[in-house]
Amino acid sequence: MTEDKIKSEIIMRGIPAAPGIAIGNIYLYTRDVPSAIERTLNPADIDSEIERLKKAIAKSEKELTKILSFAQAKIGESKSKIFEAQIMILRDQFLIDSLVKRIRSELRNAEFIVNNEISKYEKMMLMAQDDYMHERAHDVDDLKNRIIRNMQSTKLISKFESAAILVSHNLTPADTMIFSRNAVLGYATDKGGITSHAAILSRALKIPAVLGLGDISRRISPGDSLILDGYSGNVIINPSSEQLLKYQIKKERYTQFESNLAQFKSLPAKTLDGRKVELATNIEFEEELEYMLLQGGDGIGLYRTESLLFASDQIPSEEKQYKKYKLFADRVFPNLVIIRTFDIGGDKIAPQTIEEANPFLGWRGIRIFLDRPEILLEQLRAILRASSRKNIAVMFPMVTTVEEVIKAKEYIEIAKAELRSKKIKFDRDIQVGVMIEVPSAAVTADTIAKEVDFLSIGTNDLTQYLLAVDRGNDIISDLYQEFHPSVIHTIRHIIKAGHKEKKWVGMCGELAGNPLATVLLVGLGLDEFSVVPSVLPEIKKIIRSVSYSQAQRLASEVLRLRTTEEVRSYLRHYIEKRFSDILLENNNE
Amino acid sequence: MFEVEVVIKNKAGLHTRPAAQLVKTAAKFKSDFFIYKDGYEINGKSIIGVMTLAAEQGAKLNLRFDGVDQKDAAKAVCELFDRGFDEA
Repeated sequence: MTEDKIKSEIIMRGIPAAPGIAIGNIYLYTRDVPSAIERTLNPADIDSEIERLKKAIAKSEKELTKILSFAQAKIGESKSKIFEAQIMILRDQFLIDSLVKRIRSELRNAEFIVNNEISKYEKMMLMAQDDYMHERAHDVDDLKNRIIRNMQSTKLISKFESAAILVSHNLTPADTMIFSRNAVLGYATDKGGITSHAAILSRALKIPAVLGLGDISRRISPGDSLILDGYSGNVIINPSSEQLLKYQIKKERYTQFESNLAQFKSLPAKTLDGRKVELATNIEFEEELEYMLLQGGDGIGLYRTESLLFASDQIPSEEKQYKKYKLFADRVFPNLVIIRTFDIGGDKIAPQTIEEANPFLGWRGIRIFLDRPEILLEQLRAILRASSRKNIAVMFPMVTTVEEVIKAKEYIEIAKAELRSKKIKFDRDIQVGVMIEVPSAAVTADTIAKEVDFLSIGTNDLTQYLLAVDRGNDIISDLYQEFHPSVIHTIRHIIKAGHKEKKWVGMCGELAGNPLATVLLVGLGLDEFSVVPSVLPEIKKIIRSVSYSQAQRLASEVLRLRTTEEVRSYLRHYIEKRFSDILLENNNE
Repeated sequence: MFEVEVVIKNKAGLHTRPAAQLVKTAAKFKSDFFIYKDGYEINGKSIIGVMTLAAEQGAKLNLRFDGVDQKDAAKAVCELFDRGFDEA
């Protein structure tokens, strides 16, 4: 670029699909969907049209075979199966015969017939309420476009000269593989989620990826530079020099962290004077398990089962739920998986749409279930059935009164009795806990603690309700202060209430994963931290470098402070003095 | 014509690998082979067709074989379902 325009920084947030940080120039990849316009054929041209189709199929097979062998070499046999399936479809004699037959009898061009015929199968796959089938439909769509493209002999450009971050509307599995042969630094796309094949493959390829950014492919222009943070999901277009420096440091730090992770991950989260805390992770999708284990997590402190609802508007069957819960429990055995019952309503998926003036104060979480016990019972049976190895706990969200807890426990007993009568094995002593995230529950935490085996503090909602600040409202976002003294005092109160009843107390809100808060929380006596997998190593590092008595002293100092700012700066000062290599996040993150 | 009902035993259901195994086995016989499930019918010799079934563990399928070697084809295909497609 000749003119030196000052470009403004744009920060976008997407789904962190593959960890890592990429910094570089962008390469915009636009893949037009090939057109399949209907044409009528002259009967004399039928044979050559069929020939054109067969050549395109053969060419597609050749391309995919190449991608398959490349994928097998790079990411192994099992993850390459996507491409094998596509190749098998290309060899489907029944499909080819019906394409040929239709060209002959309908006298229409091959592109149109291919598009029309294969789309029928896609539609059928999309009708199924199943993640797996939806992914298959996407693969079939990719295949269809490949055949059409090869008939039109338009070339796909999948090479670029220098190292760059690839930005595109969407990524097919084949795109993801092919670009990894070039110097691709990272992937940023408008579409796609954590379970898409692009996400799975980029994790296998160890290429950072942020997907589901909405409209990034339209917001960038040639010559733009980009920072892509595959840990947080942040993407910054045309970053300022400060941002650039910050992320260069962050990148280097992560690289260092990863390199000594091997020795680190087997070490317990224990203070210098021997107080052991559980360091668990928050998880939503099956695909995150691998990364969580790599990061050295003790177990799962919060499994958000709402992810099961994303694939369809329906609550999945007991059988489907059971299979998922069993898989999670088996993967982290002997460690614990805390399964939170569907936390729906508020800003999340609701079983039916109801207009509410204040959805955050409305029909959500456990309130929905106590009104719709059939949903709750089904989920409880699935959880209990998966608990036979005794490493599952169940947790209820959004509890406001002790009556709700008592009622929920009655349903657990009903579910247990049903299983007993069918002679199905389960953990008779399954731990039951609740999330404390509403002020009424926090204040009466002692009464609630008598009824349960553990409490888990959900700081995100707790802060919102304590300060009466809607955390999704931009106008008042500066009033949402997780270090407000009222929050800290409330946390202390909950922990004390739990301990008085000899119950353990954990935390699964964002505060648990904030390095600024770690020493304070240890000092307040928190027994379990549940954090996003990416911050696990540094939280562990902080815990291992203080003594419990030191942390207790810090906590009592902090409890004397009067304002959010005083608390923040006190903690910042403490961390910066002791951990020069820990980069504290800016407030805007 | 020969008809038989089978139940899917293997855990992951009729996903890609068993689907491929089914199609390959059926292709060894001359008889036509159709699968009915939930009111629609697909050609059991077509991988893309079998993939659209979305058949999970416990699902019941009606199989229809029609041709000179229909009994042998049915036997080979049913064995596959019985063995749970050799998956644990």
